[in-house]
Amino acid sequence: MAWRQHDYDEIPGTYVFDGKRSHSGYALNRMAFSFNSEANRQEFAADMDAYCRKYGLSDEQREAVLNGEFLKLLQMGGNIYYLAKIAVFHGMTVQDAGAAFHGITTDEFKQILLNNASGFEERLKQEGGFWHG
Amino acid sequence: MAKIIGGLTTSHIPAIGNAMYSKLEQEPYWKRFFDGYEPVKEWLDEVQPDLAIVVYNDHGLNFFLNQVPTFALGCADSYQNDDEGWGIPASADVKGDAELSWHIAETMIRDEFDITTCQEMKVDHGFMVPMNLFWRDKPTTNWPKAIPLAVNTVQHPLTSAKRCYDLGKSLRKAIDSYPEDMKVVVIGTGGLSHQLQGERAGIIDVDFDLECMDKIINEPSWMTGLSNDYIMEKAGTEGIEVIMWMVMRGALNDKVNVLHKHYHAPISNTGAGVLLLTDAE
Repeated sequence: MAWRQHDYDEIPGTYVFDGKRSHSGYALNRMAFSFNSEANRQEFAADMDAYCRKYGLSDEQREAVLNGEFLKLLQMGGNIYYLAKIAVFHGMTVQDAGAAFHGITTDEFKQILLNNASGFEERLKQEGGFWHG
Repeated sequence: MAKIIGGLTTSHIPAIGNAMYSKLEQEPYWKRFFDGYEPVKEWLDEVQPDLAIVVYNDHGLNFFLNQVPTFALGCADSYQNDDEGWGIPASADVKGDAELSWHIAETMIRDEFDITTCQEMKVDHGFMVPMNLFWRDKPTTNWPKAIPLAVNTVQHPLTSAKRCYDLGKSLRKAIDSYPEDMKVVVIGTGGLSHQLQGERAGIIDVDFDLECMDKIINEPSWMTGLSNDYIMEKAGTEGIEVIMWMVMRGALNDKVNVLHKHYHAPISNTGAGVLLLTDAE
């Protein structure tokens, strides 16, 4: 038994959601999927620890859910779209989670995004043919 | 006969849905992004398509990870939006066209695309955000009919840009051979560059996004030659969604007219591109 290696494993800071991760995170993601139902969200909010146990999370996964440790949850097989359904309970958006992955504030994370896109309007003018209002 | 009258592309991230729901279109952060859709809306008003085929990925509403089809086609008379666990109230149902769906399914499977057919299919923000971006000014009763075509871009292994392009060609064949007079648009959604997860979250690659837009228009074979690993390295793990634009591109002629081209970044974590293409002779 061995999990297959991939070129994408070499991309730094990246946890490509493949069979290996989906397999290890199955219970965690299954619990997150259940949060599509309001009744389940209420049950989870009333007793998070018990709800995690009901869905068979590992001890490490359960602790990370309760503490809102999203990098750990990602490393333990959480899928980002499913983690977004858990982040809500910690009052977090996907951007807050992005900041948490870096260990910075959300404002700092938003600044990184702005920096990455800075000068794009000049680039569009060079490229030509783009709508400019 | 049915006819594909145009191909559209757009991002579909939930933040756009939230902005529309909260009516933030005129806020400074959002205005340039939303204004870039107005020419497309005017064109749609003029041409009045009867049906939209929306190529998108489900993010954990209709499909869970217990069963992950690579390609899934809605084959129902209507599609329901529903609670995704975090946000805005569900939208009204969208009308489908089961006869056309099954015709597409038969064509694709005969073309050796072993798609999954769905007679019940909830459609999430990946489908609803694009529909709202293009048609929210109209009452939902006046929206075109729609057919969801879901592509797995969530759980690897994923299909490829080439396979998506080839599927678009099969889609074109299906529409061209459908006997009812009907104007169809194909909407490729998702992208452009963004990565939501890991210490690499937050990458946006404007140069790669613009190169993709140019090549999708002028040289689709460049896109079909890219590996998923390469796209993820450049555009981020969620930026891989750009492969869904290739279904739209495959459904058009080799040469296309560019009626509209728009780009904005960042929108939330994402580089956002809009295209409106029609067949050139």
